Amino acid sequence: MIRFKREKETDVPEISTASLPDIVFMLLFFFMTVTVMKSEKLKVNYVLPNASEVKKLEKPDRVIYIHIGKPTLEYATILGSGPRIQINDKFVDLSDVGPYVLGQIADKPEAIRPFMTIALKVDKHAGMGIILDVRQELRKINALKINYTTYEGDAYANLE
Amino acid sequence: MAKRLSPGVHAGSMADIAFLLLIFFLVTTSIETDAGLDRMLPRMETPPPLIINERNILRISINDSDELLVEEERVDMGELRDIAIAFLDNGGAPPGNKGHCNYCEGLRKQESSDNPLEAVVLVTTVRATSYGGYITVQNELVAAYNHLRNREAQRRFGEDFTEMQAVYLNPETPEYIRASLREKIREIQGLFPLNLSEAEIK
Repeated sequence: MIRFKREKETDVPEISTASLPDIVFMLLFFFMTVTVMKSEKLKVNYVLPNASEVKKLEKPDRVIYIHIGKPTLEYATILGSGPRIQINDKFVDLSDVGPYVLGQIADKPEAIRPFMTIALKVDKHAGMGIILDVRQELRKINALKINYTTYEGDAYANLE
Repeated sequence: MAKRLSPGVHAGSMADIAFLLLIFFLVTTSIETDAGLDRMLPRMETPPPLIINERNILRISINDSDELLVEEERVDMGELRDIAIAFLDNGGAPPGNKGHCNYCEGLRKQESSDNPLEAVVLVTTVRATSYGGYITVQNELVAAYNHLRNREAQRRFGEDFTEMQAVYLNPETPEYIRASLREKIREIQGLFPLNLSEAEIK
């Protein structure tokens, strides 16, 4: 009986971990290619509205982002809780929106300047007032192609 | 002289290093949400006032609690799409007249729009209207246009308009396909041009 028992005690072969680095590197490269670096630190909080009939924004180098929402906690003590405009890391007054966007467009190569899109990333609880104002500023500088950036989803959920 | 063996490089910690890198990239990057509703703003210089018949305008107002008034009547958000489709697709101009719409399938009421080329949807908001409510209305109107454009594209080319547009906008689509799609898209857009107008109630 004892001998029989001993025979059953075979060693489980160790799992080789030599290929683990390769697997992790593959994951790493996957994430490096599908994501983009966060280019700017958001100083406003927003929840984008939903829409179902969305169109994808073309090439990211042809897009200028304008963020509108409540300032984050850090800034709320100074700026209050009303919606604020952020372009490129900075809070911007309404009157400065035009010059800022023009400056951004001027930084781009001349060939793509006419195709620039202004993407408005606005909190769904913000009032239309600030958007009407920003749109008016954009019209003044003739930047007419805009995009209301949204999440893809059920549009009726915006009404809650 | 004794031959020295160079010690083998230990690869066991390689996985840890790669994991560190992976976690770093996960934290510092984000997958962008880059989709939305495209709009062209009107130019600043005001064009000479157009004379549009009242029957060719669909007036939609949104108040500060996101309630809708369409042609002086309270409606729910869920009805808006069908109202817009009925209005755009009406084709009220009688056969033989200038502006008769032979591809419309609407009720051909005299008091609604003549044809989709003339029909204008006018959205008015107040400053306190929420952005979410505004986007919902815009989304419904785009959905109404897409519905009609898809119907017409199906009839003429056997394809959905939104499908053709997605293929056309995809940068990986070869040029010869894009060229043929461009023609079709222009044709459909010509039949149902996106006439959305906006005004603010003071």
